[in-house]
Amino acid sequence: MSTKRTVQFKIYRYDPDRDDKPYMQDISVDLEPSDKKLLDALVRLKVKDDSTSFRRSCREGVCGSDAMNINGKNGLACLTEVDDLKQPIVLRPLPGLPVIRDLIVDMTQFFKQYHSIKPYLVNNDPAPERERLQSPEDREELNGLYECILCACCSTSCPSFWWNPDKFVGPAGLLAAYRFIADTRDQEASERLDNLEDPYRLFRCHTIMNCVDVCPKSLNPTRAIGKIKDMMVRRAV
Amino acid sequence: MKVAKRSYDAVIVGAGGAGLRAALQLSEAGLKTAVLTKVFPTRSHTVAAQGGVAASLGNSTEDNWHWHMYDTVKGSDWLGDQDAIEFMCKKANEVVVELEHYGMPFDRLDNGKIYQRPFGGHSQNYGKTPVSRSCAAADRTGHAMLHALYQRNVRANTQFFVEWMALDLIRDADGDVVGVTAMEMETGEVSIFHAKATIFATGGAGRIYYSSTNAFINTGDGVGMAARAGVPLEDMEFWQFHPTGVAGAGVLITEGVRGEGGILRNSSGDRFMERYAPNLKDLASRDVVSRAMTTEINEGRGCGTDKDHVLLDITHLSPDTIMKRLPGIREISIQFAGIDPIKAPIPVVPTCHYQMGGIPTNYKGQVVAPKDGNASSPVAGFYAAGECACASVHGANRLGTNSLLDLLVFGKSAGETVVEDIKSGNLSLKALPEDAADLALARMARLENQTNGTDVHEVRLAMQRTMQKHAGVFRFSDLLKEGVTKIMEVAEQAKHTQIKDKSKVWNTARMEALELDNLIEVAKATMTSAEARKESRGAHVRDDAPDTAEFPNGRRDDEWLKHTLWYSEGNRLDYKPVNLQPMSEDVDPIALATRTY
Repeated sequence: MSTKRTVQFKIYRYDPDRDDKPYMQDISVDLEPSDKKLLDALVRLKVKDDSTSFRRSCREGVCGSDAMNINGKNGLACLTEVDDLKQPIVLRPLPGLPVIRDLIVDMTQFFKQYHSIKPYLVNNDPAPERERLQSPEDREELNGLYECILCACCSTSCPSFWWNPDKFVGPAGLLAAYRFIADTRDQEASERLDNLEDPYRLFRCHTIMNCVDVCPKSLNPTRAIGKIKDMMVRRAV
Repeated sequence: MKVAKRSYDAVIVGAGGAGLRAALQLSEAGLKTAVLTKVFPTRSHTVAAQGGVAASLGNSTEDNWHWHMYDTVKGSDWLGDQDAIEFMCKKANEVVVELEHYGMPFDRLDNGKIYQRPFGGHSQNYGKTPVSRSCAAADRTGHAMLHALYQRNVRANTQFFVEWMALDLIRDADGDVVGVTAMEMETGEVSIFHAKATIFATGGAGRIYYSSTNAFINTGDGVGMAARAGVPLEDMEFWQFHPTGVAGAGVLITEGVRGEGGILRNSSGDRFMERYAPNLKDLASRDVVSRAMTTEINEGRGCGTDKDHVLLDITHLSPDTIMKRLPGIREISIQFAGIDPIKAPIPVVPTCHYQMGGIPTNYKGQVVAPKDGNASSPVAGFYAAGECACASVHGANRLGTNSLLDLLVFGKSAGETVVEDIKSGNLSLKALPEDAADLALARMARLENQTNGTDVHEVRLAMQRTMQKHAGVFRFSDLLKEGVTKIMEVAEQAKHTQIKDKSKVWNTARMEALELDNLIEVAKATMTSAEARKESRGAHVRDDAPDTAEFPNGRRDDEWLKHTLWYSEGNRLDYKPVNLQPMSEDVDPIALATRTY
């Protein structure tokens, strides 16, 4: 009575230790009834072929490890329903970053951009004995910003980032930049704007909005970028 | 194999909350520090903590650290060391306020102070009424905390070795720790990290169980390394089963849901916790709630077609509260249970969640082991903090929100101790032994050359099923006895694992085989320690130690008020006394009492 669920994959494979060049592997795997998400299917696949390589950790969409390109769209394997996917499921590494092996990309450039916006609170007043006060309304300004999991789905779906990964901060980094600009406890909003005042770092965003479309946490980097641009304009006049 | 050597003042293994908090201390003191982590820091499992971090800030209800200390000692079923517990509860406000200063986006009260919510087992007036002690950033506290700590480390220029997996501890002829061996994932090459101080902050090993809230990476690497290097493991029989894992998926639903007013119901819709914990009800301690749920299910009052779970109901809360305070829970319920908790209750079951035991330490973060008649003699050069360590503040059962507090307080404390020990000249760079890398290289070579071996996935599954069946929420003496035999058989199979993938580059098959070596140490320690402890205490409840008038709750203080120490070599057990004496003379010990909620 049990109907066997089999999924067909077409997976990008490349092991520099073994392969001259990348290739697409056709492989199928039988699923158990408890396998619901794409990650479950990949873990099942790894039992069959232990050389299939991908990152994974929390399996609940908060650690940001298992971002990949799924049937042409970036997403997290652990939050993607396997039954909703058209087969064969085509899996590729996140676009635009160097591939280390199979679905594992080198994220150095992505984190370099994140680090470039000084992703930490700056407040040079002497630390009070207790917490700094912040009204619930001011705290609410951080909603939709602080939840980023640095999975890189957004930045690696952005054509501007593909073209200028070394110069354009990218949606993830800019979302983080605005997270600190918007924080009433931070004292460096003006320096943060200076840091982005450049033809590339901020202004390469052409509101294509791929970032919004792919964000697994339903965040909106384009809106955050728009707010930074507004602030730039306002301080210029 | 060529082995590169690198020298540091300190090497920290693990970049979750404890590792990052310790790293801050060292980086800001200007010590040459390497932080090794097998995942990018913000992927560490601290990120999954939801409900909050305990501190008696008293922002919305009156509170003080004495009450927190009482709750923690009682929660531990008196197995926690009262000096370490006093230290932690006293330090809570300081470390939480520091985090706020680092930029952590805590939720706020109308007066601008940090928002606090009630949590299980936390009370006012020594157990009288629930208290709001859990400092929260919505239901994403761990995420907000881990990112804030990472960000602060970016500011402090901490040096990370990202995607490096530590392999083994290096001890010299005196037994002192002089560093670790580690493998770089991208190249597969092994290096020696030679250091004056080695801090383990490697997290727990929840993946020894089949059903777990834990991430794939929670494989007890530090605990396994310590065991292989001859360091005993403390109180490993005590595992926390979180009451509310999503049925079937295992994903965590925070206790904060009950803190915000959520209610557990059985198949008749009864709020059954009223019968088990008349005072704190749904906010009783986790071990108590998990047992109550299991009893309801075992007695046929479970829900669903298989009557195998109960329901967590928040449909009576306003959608506004749910969207504001529990947005992540709503996402998880929709994603993993297929229901919107605004409209329908969430199916939940007790799920393995937290390792109360670990590498024995004192409140300063120094690893301690019996030596020359001293039960807690520091192992020179070796420190540990967070879930991999046993300070011991959680004893036989941890209170919710005390894990994030533990990693902050003891991460910082371990860092401070190392800074002190290095600056005072107590610690110097001792010579590396000739055979420093031999253990790690032998494990790698064994795996490389194994033929006709066992399958990593099969062995791991056998271990997980054995742990689940033989050392679960309720424990049975015959199952435990059988469990020891079984787990030793599985451990034998784990010695012969074989992988097909032999690539040097990012070889996850090799990584999983090496992780299994660590998991299996933890599984052996757990089963052996559990079989031996012939009483019921906290999370360890046995059928042959029932609740009687002479021994309420089955707890046997006459024989078992002591910490277990398990040694890998010979699967041997030893014991050491519990410290019932607080740190300060003017603090009264929390006297032994029967635990009820």
